[in-house]
Amino acid sequence: MNIHEYQGKELLRKYGVAVPDGKVAYSATEAVDAAKSLGTDVTVVKAQIHAGGRGNAGGVKIAKNLDEVRTYASEILGKTLVTHQTGPEGKVVNRLLIEQGCDIQNEYYVGLVVDRATSRIVMMASEEGGTEIEEVAEKTPEKIFKEVIDPVTGLMPYQARRLAFNINIPKEMLKEAVKFMMGLYKVFEAKDCSIAEINPLVTTGDGKVMALDAKFNFDPNALFRQKDIVEFRDLDEEDEKEIEASKYDLSYISLEGNIGCMVNGAGLAMSTMDIIKHYSGDPANFLDVGGGATKEKVTAAFKIILSDKNVKGIYVNIFGGIMKCDIIAEGVVAATKEVGLTIPLVVRLEGTNVDLGKQILEESGLDITAADSMADGAEKIVSLVKA
Amino acid sequence: MSILINKDTKVIVQGITGATGLFHTKQAVEYGTNIVGGVTPGKGGTEVEGIPVFNTVTDAVAKTGANASVVYVPPPFAADAIMEATDAGLDLVITITEGIPVVDMIKVKRYMEGKKTRLIGPNCPGVITPEECKIGIMPGYIHKKGHVGVVSRSGTLTYEAVHQLSTNGIGQSTAVGIGGDPVNGTDFIDVLKQFNEDPETYAVIMIGEIGGTAEEEAAEWIKENMTKPVVGFIGGQTAPPGKRMGHAGAIISGGKGTADEKIKTLNAAGVKVAETPAVMGETLISVLKETDLYDKCVTHKV
Repeated sequence: MNIHEYQGKELLRKYGVAVPDGKVAYSATEAVDAAKSLGTDVTVVKAQIHAGGRGNAGGVKIAKNLDEVRTYASEILGKTLVTHQTGPEGKVVNRLLIEQGCDIQNEYYVGLVVDRATSRIVMMASEEGGTEIEEVAEKTPEKIFKEVIDPVTGLMPYQARRLAFNINIPKEMLKEAVKFMMGLYKVFEAKDCSIAEINPLVTTGDGKVMALDAKFNFDPNALFRQKDIVEFRDLDEEDEKEIEASKYDLSYISLEGNIGCMVNGAGLAMSTMDIIKHYSGDPANFLDVGGGATKEKVTAAFKIILSDKNVKGIYVNIFGGIMKCDIIAEGVVAATKEVGLTIPLVVRLEGTNVDLGKQILEESGLDITAADSMADGAEKIVSLVKA
Repeated sequence: MSILINKDTKVIVQGITGATGLFHTKQAVEYGTNIVGGVTPGKGGTEVEGIPVFNTVTDAVAKTGANASVVYVPPPFAADAIMEATDAGLDLVITITEGIPVVDMIKVKRYMEGKKTRLIGPNCPGVITPEECKIGIMPGYIHKKGHVGVVSRSGTLTYEAVHQLSTNGIGQSTAVGIGGDPVNGTDFIDVLKQFNEDPETYAVIMIGEIGGTAEEEAAEWIKENMTKPVVGFIGGQTAPPGKRMGHAGAIISGGKGTADEKIKTLNAAGVKVAETPAVMGETLISVLKETDLYDKCVTHKV
C-alpha cells in the first residue's frame, strides 16, 4: 500500500525524524491559508499523487509570495500529471502539500528495503541525492553504500555513522544524520514498511538534516496491525475495479487488454496472461481468486471482469487444488445469470471436482466454450475475441 | 528414494482444529501420510479424527516422536508457530500459511540461524513424495511415483507441471513448493542440491516467477554443480513493473526481477526454459530424450 508524501512526513515527524513544516491543502484557498500560517518567505507547492517524477511534470512549484501560492495551487489542482511512473494516462491531482522552503546545501539519498538475498532489512545511502537510485546503481554503483541490519538489535549507531561518513555528510551534521537514520529505521520496523525512500535527504544552511521527500510502501500482509496506516489509504489513487476486488479480498490488477481472466493461484494467473500474449491476445487483467474462494467471491470476481468496458471475452482457467471446480462453475453461472453474458466465455477446468464443475456448466445452458488444456483455452479465447 | 519426506516421516499439524488445518489433515490421512498428532494451544488432551491434540509442540514431539510439522496457523500467529516448532527440534517445518508479515519472517529466519530445523514456505502448497507422504494442500491424485523432481514458487503451476508429467507417463520423485513470499525458508538451490544427491531423481523441473533473483542464483549454481538435466519455466513474462502479482514476492521493482532476465540467465546456464506453461512437460520430455533418460523416467501407462 502506498501513501502520499505529506502522510509519510507526518509519520516521520511522529518518530522524531526532521521534515520541513508543511500542511495539506485541497483547494487554492486552503493552500494560501496554509502558506500564511507557515509564514516563510518561500513556499513550495507540491502535487500529492502516488507517483514519483512530479517535479519534471510540473507538479512542484516554488512560490515567493501568497499570490504565487494561489496561482500555482489553482494551476496544479485538478491537473493530470503524466510522469514516468503514472503511465500514459497520468494521475489527477486532488491534494497539495504546502511546505516551507529551505536553504538546501546538499542532497543525498537514504532508503530502506527488504533484501531478499539476505532476508534482512538493508539501509542504502548515496551522495547522489535527487537522482533515482536505480539510475545511480546502473551508472555509479560504487556510490551506493549499504548496511545490513540485524533484526535483533535493529540499526546500530555505528552503522548509521559509517553510512554518513561514506556519503560525505559534513561532520558537524553527523549527529543529526545518525538521528535521522535511526528514526527512519524505527518507522520502517514499527510500521511494517516494505520500502522507505528519502530522496532527497538534505542538509540545510542552518545545520539541519531533513527529508525533503518521503516515499513509503507498506506490507499489505501487515495492515491488520497497522490501523493508522490503513487510514492513510486514498481511494482516488486506486483503480475502481481494484478497489471493488479488494472488498472481496481478491487479488486483481487492471491491465490494458481485452481478454478478461479468472484464474486460481498467482503463478497460474500470471502464466495465463503470458499464454494469452503468446497466442497474440491481450489480457485485460490479472485475477487470482485464491484457494478458499466461495461462490459469492467467484460471482463478485466475474462481475468485476464484466464491468471492464474493454473486455471482449473471458477466459476462466482453473486448476483446482483447495479450490474446487464446482464452486467456480456455480459462481460463473450465478454471475452470468445476474448480469447477463454477451461476450465469448472459454472455460478450462482441471483438478478437484472437475467432473461436477463441467456438469454444472453444461446444465446451465450458458454459451460456454470448453477447453481441454491451458493452451487450448488460450487459443480459443484469442480467436473468438478476434472474430 | 525421494527428498525431504517419505513414508517414515512422522508429521504433526499446527493449527489442526482450524477449518483449513482440519480439512487438509483429513486429506493427508486419506493419502496415507503418517499424521501422529496436532497442536492447538488450549485443546491439548482432546482428539480430532482420532488424532491426539497437544497444547505445545514440545509436548507433541515428546509423546509422538514426530520429526516434521505442517503449519496452518493464521498469519498473525504463524511466525510464533514456526519458532515453536524450531525450538522443539523438528527436522522440517512446512508452512502453508499465506500472508505472514515480512518483518515477522525476517525475525523467524534470524531465529532459525544455526538451528537444525529446515523451513519450507511460507505461502506454499507444501511437499509431496507421491504414494508415500503428502504434506500440504496439493491435490494428491495428480501425482505419480517416479524420477522427476519438481521445485516451484507457485502452487497451481506446480499442479500444472505435475499433471503434464503424469498424463505423459512420467512420475515424480518429490514435488516441493518453496512458496511465493520474498523471505522464505528454503530456496531453489537448497532443493536442487538435494535432488542432485538423490539417486532416484533423474531430472528436475524448476518453476520460477518474476521478482527477486533466486532463479538467477539457481542458474549459477546449476552451471557449476548440477549433474542432472534441469528444465525451467518463468511465470509473469507479461506482468507490468511495480505491481505485486498476487504473490508478495512477485514484483518487478526498479527494473529488476524480470522474466526476460531470468530466462536469459537460465538459458546461459544450459537450462532449457519452456516457452509457455502448457509445454513444461513436453519440454522436459524432449530433454529426457536428448539425454537418454526418457525410458528410465517413464513410470506408468497413460
